[in-house]
Amino acid sequence: MTLNQPMIRSLLAAAGLALCAAAAGAQPLDGTLKKIKDTGTITVATRGASIPFNYLDDNNKQAGFAWEISQRVVEQVKKDLKLARLEVRTLEVTPQTRIPLVANQTVDLECSSTTNNAERQNQVSFSTTFFVVGARLLVRKNSGIKHWSDLVGKNVVVSAGTTAERMLRQLNEKNKWGINIILAKDINENFLTVETGRAVAATQDDIILYSNIARARKPADWEVVGVPQQKEAYGCMLRKGDTAFKKVVDGVITGMMRSGEFSALYEKYFLKPIAVKGSVTIGFPMSSDMQELVRHPSDQPL
Amino acid sequence: MHYSWDWLIFLEPSVTGEGLYGLMLLRGLLWTVLLSLLAWSLALGIGLAAGVARTLPGRTARYLSTVYIHCFRNTPLLVQLFLWYFVVPELLPVDWGNALKQMNPTANQFLTVLVALTLYTAAKAAEQVRAGIESVPRSQKQAAMALGLGTAAAYRHVILPQALRIVIPPLTSDFLNVFKNSAVALTIGLMELTGQTRQLSEFSAHPFEAFIAATFVYMAITYGVIVLMRRIEHRARVPGLLGAA
Repeated sequence: MTLNQPMIRSLLAAAGLALCAAAAGAQPLDGTLKKIKDTGTITVATRGASIPFNYLDDNNKQAGFAWEISQRVVEQVKKDLKLARLEVRTLEVTPQTRIPLVANQTVDLECSSTTNNAERQNQVSFSTTFFVVGARLLVRKNSGIKHWSDLVGKNVVVSAGTTAERMLRQLNEKNKWGINIILAKDINENFLTVETGRAVAATQDDIILYSNIARARKPADWEVVGVPQQKEAYGCMLRKGDTAFKKVVDGVITGMMRSGEFSALYEKYFLKPIAVKGSVTIGFPMSSDMQELVRHPSDQPL
Repeated sequence: MHYSWDWLIFLEPSVTGEGLYGLMLLRGLLWTVLLSLLAWSLALGIGLAAGVARTLPGRTARYLSTVYIHCFRNTPLLVQLFLWYFVVPELLPVDWGNALKQMNPTANQFLTVLVALTLYTAAKAAEQVRAGIESVPRSQKQAAMALGLGTAAAYRHVILPQALRIVIPPLTSDFLNVFKNSAVALTIGLMELTGQTRQLSEFSAHPFEAFIAATFVYMAITYGVIVLMRRIEHRARVPGLLGAA
């Protein structure tokens, strides 16, 4: 086919019109939302055993407080983009892989027990905070340990690479306490280490310690002690600087907080039995920090 | 990709207050080198003994070494390490188990990995040694016997000097594997090179720089091993043997 000049001109005009129309419509999509619209798929991160935030339950189904939040985000995205169908892909991540996978855009959204902090904000963005924790100590009731300073010269286990490890090392370095820090590779090994007596205490985010106690063979033997040295905020991770997508995720979380759905979801996972190891109840009422968060949502690290 | 690169991260102080990030990697490197060299030296000795035992005429020695090699060569190193670290102390008498668990954690982790890595590597090396011995023509042994040498003397003066030269190249790859396998130490909390790399990537939120740096360090180590083994191979070479001119 040969094109004559008037034809080319009218084609160009048509293309120009199409461009104008696109610009005049809703703001052009970019980042995650554009990718979701173009491919018709969204990839959501899962965790194997971050109980009760994101885990596989006894029925081999993905569940968890943060997992359900991510499911609501998926629904909202589907509605906002007016997609007839949206394929949801899941990808299991670990604490080591989650940041690279969000940064290199393999994963679109990661909601589990991920602390929002300044270093991580170099690589990813965080949604509105959905949980506030503080690192504390898990000890046997007869251990005689009540405070952080009781740890001098003792073996203490902490999960490698976590913000709790960073805190424990800072504390140890600053006070010259000579704590022997044992590193565990995940939440379960962390508890195994203190259960088998290799360490006298385990340091982790308080909520995870309570979930460990709930799943222990004899929950009555254990207690959580030590005043948290600092508070931390869990948020959903998404790619850095993607304001449009962040707005959707933030909107879902603050909307849930306003509607009371957030508190209902909290009750479901933290106060009622969950399908793990038969059935366990974590029994962790909303802290004052959490109540404050629901009243005044924020997306800042603490 | 939305990734902010920062290659100067290694010169920044760690958030844990324990020195520079680069020093974390260096500490990890020291553990890796110490662990691997020790495990390799011990494994060479055990592997040589077990490999020779597999070819001896005596039944008991042959049987024992066969069982050892099969158990340790045919199960994953990670499984073995977990057994040594978590299960063995529970099987020992309670006092011994507790003594093990209460010792300095780093020493405990180091010794556990050392045992696991040594026995695993030795089982592999033993198979190489056996193959080397079996590749020496049978007539050599018969000739040695005919000269009046006993089994020990035949191995010492005739068979092993040839067999060990033959197995230098395959042993080189076992030597390389020790360094790579030593990374399993991080699963029980000994922060060798890979472990420290993970720590660095978590604390600094610069995972790509950390792992790229570790890749180059491992490559440098293995290259060093290859050069060393080439030298040994060259110096041990006997003209006429193995087609070496």
